[in-house]
Amino acid sequence: MIELRDLHVTFGRGTPLEKQALRGIDLTIPAGQFVTVIGSNGAGKSTVLGALAGDVIAEAGTVAIDGTDVTRWSTPRRAGLVARVLQDPMAGTCASLSIEENMALAAARGRRRGLGPAVGPSQRSGFRDRVAELGLGLENRLGDQMGLLSGGQRQAVSLLMATLAGSRILLLDEHTAALDPSTAEFVLDLTRRIVSGHGLTTLMVTHSMRHALDHGDRTIMLHEGKIVLDVGGAERTGLDVPDLLAMFSRVRGRELADDGLLIG
Amino acid sequence: MSVIALLGAAELGLVFSLVALGVFLSFRVLDFPDLTVDGSFPLGAAVAATLIVAEWNPWAATGLAMVAGALAGIVTATLNVRFKILHLLASILTMIALFSVNLRVMGKPNVAIITQDTVLTPFYGLGLSDAVLRPVFVLVVVLVVVALLARFLTSEFGLAMRATGVNARMARAQGVSTDLHIYAGMALSNALVALAGALFAQTNGFADVTSGIGTIVIGLAAVIVGETVVRSRVILWMLVGCVVGSILYRIAIQLALNTDFIGLQASDLNLVTALLVAGALILPRLGNPLRAKGGTAAKGGRVAG
Repeated sequence: MIELRDLHVTFGRGTPLEKQALRGIDLTIPAGQFVTVIGSNGAGKSTVLGALAGDVIAEAGTVAIDGTDVTRWSTPRRAGLVARVLQDPMAGTCASLSIEENMALAAARGRRRGLGPAVGPSQRSGFRDRVAELGLGLENRLGDQMGLLSGGQRQAVSLLMATLAGSRILLLDEHTAALDPSTAEFVLDLTRRIVSGHGLTTLMVTHSMRHALDHGDRTIMLHEGKIVLDVGGAERTGLDVPDLLAMFSRVRGRELADDGLLIG
Repeated sequence: MSVIALLGAAELGLVFSLVALGVFLSFRVLDFPDLTVDGSFPLGAAVAATLIVAEWNPWAATGLAMVAGALAGIVTATLNVRFKILHLLASILTMIALFSVNLRVMGKPNVAIITQDTVLTPFYGLGLSDAVLRPVFVLVVVLVVVALLARFLTSEFGLAMRATGVNARMARAQGVSTDLHIYAGMALSNALVALAGALFAQTNGFADVTSGIGTIVIGLAAVIVGETVVRSRVILWMLVGCVVGSILYRIAIQLALNTDFIGLQASDLNLVTALLVAGALILPRLGNPLRAKGGTAAKGGRVAG
């Protein structure tokens, strides 16, 4: 379970480039729920994920995961609770390490790393079985460098890595945005299988309203650092992309009207 | 070149292969260009020699020399990690400071231990001539270090250290405390360099405060030569490459200095070294005509390329 309470984040405070990225986010996500997040550039989508993963430390408000207040925890400390797949396939893996070494790194998330071998025979066979699930034929290439894989293959392995250490929360930051449409579909399909298979609490940021509605149980829309739309259940089932677009422009229009009042 | 000269070159190459292994850890594994080694090499020599003169057990003296080297590495890592000083500058600050520290440790610029008991003393009676014994002894030490280091770098902790150097952001997201691994890696790297200094003092019979000048270039040269000769992505072979590179480099230098018609003197050593390293960095780029013309030349400026 994820609980964000009145979360505020400001970048570059006191400089001319000061930006209020989050202005009071309240969000509760029950365990096992799959939430899609949309919003325009700079709306605060990635900042919300960053605040959950620990890359961004909130200046006000709290972040709680499964009832534990993790607001002040660093990224490595949270890694046992939260797994993350990034937009750039290069960023989420180590290109010059082998597939199995990348997996071993992920499998040791959240526990002490000792001087035992990182990849022993038992881990290797475990990794092979897991990679075989992807159906990409990578199970015979465990020793290959990660950098030799295509973007789609790397994202698929990244998703797999997110499940190796038993963390209950998965953060997906536009993880299909850098892929061609058919590869993106494959990765999304894999995402759905992995999320439901492991019952993961998931936040997926996407630029595609189509994807946002087709996947998951609930959709939230961010605008200027606030949640402006939160739909789930039956209400969401009836929604289509044009409805969402209409809501989006209505929200922006309301904002303009507010500004107009201020100026007037 | 005589057999004695060849053995001498091999011995020196083996001693400096420990420097190469340390440089491999900082430059290649951690992607941390570390010049501290120019100070931690004579530091190792100074600590070992001073303690040996004070009648310490030479093994204990060598161990303490390594601890001193590790501390020097931690100082550089602290300046960089904790106080955000650029890694290159942080290491230069430590290096400069160590010159004074080394003079304090020894109390004078040069300490002779030629008549003292060293780690080699027990083996002198075994019937091997000194010229053979010394390189064999250092070889055994180097092989043990290589085996331990290969085991370390393939352990969970070592893998996390390699990830820290390759992709620190990813490493942090996987729960790796990158700061801890930079401290540990820099300590280990400089401990190995100090071990080289301690062995250098004991095989040559003296410690000198100026003996560190250019250590980093020699270590880097060995790493680069090794990468050219031993092409592998397996950690063990990469480490063996550092050792082979170090020995080959010394033999090449020895040949250059011994070839009379070139007219080189011992004092030309640093110039020859710099030219060799520059050549080793430039030559691979000349081989590919597409690269030579393209914009990659600008990117290729990084030493650890």
